[in-house]
Amino acid sequence: MRIKKHPILEFDREKKLRFYINGKELYGYEGETISAALFANGVTTFSRSLKYNHPRGFFCGIGKCSSCLMTVNGIPNTRTCITPLKDGVEVKTQDAYADLPETKHKRHKKKVINTDLLVIGGGPAGLSAALEAAKHGVNVLLVDENPILGGQLIKQTHKFFGSREEKAGTRGVEIAQQLRKEVEKQENIRVFLKSTVFGYYECEQNHCFGMVKRREDYTEEIYELHCKSVIFACGAMENMLAFPGNDLPGVYGAGGVQTLMNVYGVKPGRRVLMVGSGNVGLIVSYQLLQADVDVAYIVEGLPKIGGYHVHAAKVRRCGVPILTSHTIVEAYGNERVEGARIAKVGKNWSIIPGTEMDVKCDTICLAVGLTPSIRLLSQTGAEIRFIREAGGHVALHNKNMETTVPGVYVAGDGSGIEEASTAMLEGKIAGFSAAYKIKNKAFDSKPLKLYHEELERLRDGPFGVKGRKAKEKIAVQWSDKR
Amino acid sequence: MKKTIICRCEDVTEEDVLQAIDEGFEDIEELRKRLRLGMGPCQGRTCIPLVIRILAKKTGKNVEDIPLPTSRPPIVPVTLEALASDEDEE
Repeated sequence: MRIKKHPILEFDREKKLRFYINGKELYGYEGETISAALFANGVTTFSRSLKYNHPRGFFCGIGKCSSCLMTVNGIPNTRTCITPLKDGVEVKTQDAYADLPETKHKRHKKKVINTDLLVIGGGPAGLSAALEAAKHGVNVLLVDENPILGGQLIKQTHKFFGSREEKAGTRGVEIAQQLRKEVEKQENIRVFLKSTVFGYYECEQNHCFGMVKRREDYTEEIYELHCKSVIFACGAMENMLAFPGNDLPGVYGAGGVQTLMNVYGVKPGRRVLMVGSGNVGLIVSYQLLQADVDVAYIVEGLPKIGGYHVHAAKVRRCGVPILTSHTIVEAYGNERVEGARIAKVGKNWSIIPGTEMDVKCDTICLAVGLTPSIRLLSQTGAEIRFIREAGGHVALHNKNMETTVPGVYVAGDGSGIEEASTAMLEGKIAGFSAAYKIKNKAFDSKPLKLYHEELERLRDGPFGVKGRKAKEKIAVQWSDKR
Repeated sequence: MKKTIICRCEDVTEEDVLQAIDEGFEDIEELRKRLRLGMGPCQGRTCIPLVIRILAKKTGKNVEDIPLPTSRPPIVPVTLEALASDEDEE
């Protein structure tokens, strides 16, 4: 199931690693996650569910959904989609409740770090925020759960639209590389990868967080973080859809599949049903074809294709039918997806009798929108509101990306779903504003004005309509509060 | 026909949610206490957007008026061994 030839990407498979699944020997490559290596070996069931003993596997691929929990070297509930493969590692499928590890409790010491600015999330928004603040002389601690910096850019092989300043015409994977290199050059940015900020704690003078860092041997260590300001650039989580069979291995987030293919060079299956014709659905369908995977259909519940015309035309030219006003009725299969039934929908999403159709496929990709990740942010007490155009609940924020809690900023998809180009600008604005406050307004605020103008230009374009509306609503509710 | 799973972590089905709403559990906090929905390792990241939609459809409430349940640390699984670390300054 590994991709051998790809028109854009090359996969580094220099060092072969041996590992075990329930005692059986398998091989993977250095740089792969445990999930990716299992997939490459055809293993798609990672655990059994609590009550119904259903097979469970991969879903989001970026550590958010916890569908991929397995026991790794005796440590239960390890998120295998963000855990790197190591030579000789023993992986076990979990049967409902995992067995407690037999190791004796070791005494660990908690470490404390003080910093000016904490940036949570190393995607386009977080990287841009960290760079901007660091350039203005602020000490930055940048934390990300994944093994690589870059967020979702690391899987985006398509070229960006928008403005030249925000790297239009460049592929996402290349933008991630550029930003990573810039971060490495900044001496006042300290990066923690494979680390999760898991909680906000009350603290008298500054903001305090708990962080867990996963070591090379898969054990964990705890840090207490203190910062003057914090930027939440936590991104978003792919939406699930309610239909019978929706938890079968083979039902994956489209973004999760994109990670599997474009970061690790592993195919999700042989034949895919794509649910959703927004840009994610269209782009991932095209990328599946590039990876030599069949796409049976793209189904779209609405009467119109959601994404850009250029993307839709591209997949149609490759012979993939896009069925509008169609939805998935159910997924079937025993240990994994063996097929799906789709049907035409009428008004109020009701299924029109007699329009049901069987689709043979082993993978169902859900590209039905994203929800901003705000669970950690909401612990700070920042005021949260549901804004439909933003993709769900988001923190109210002002033009400078500061929330209702002083010193707590947001940027990128976590502040309302948009695109990587707007995320980078919001990151710069948040980074600048946070630095400006920390340094007590000791520098020129002209760049901030330019960033705002650029952001407005992006949102004025035909692709920025939804984002603009979301941010306008947020601005109105913000001023109603004041 | 297979089950429609709303909360994957705790194996809560759409039927369970609809039945609990019929019993009078009409917000997410109550549903969470009744069904353990959103209390597993992902802490509601997958199910809460689905539950909001079900609640809105079934009760006629505006999505805007359905409050989110309280988020508490830790938001991801952390080993007790690590959480029990001693106080120490770096």
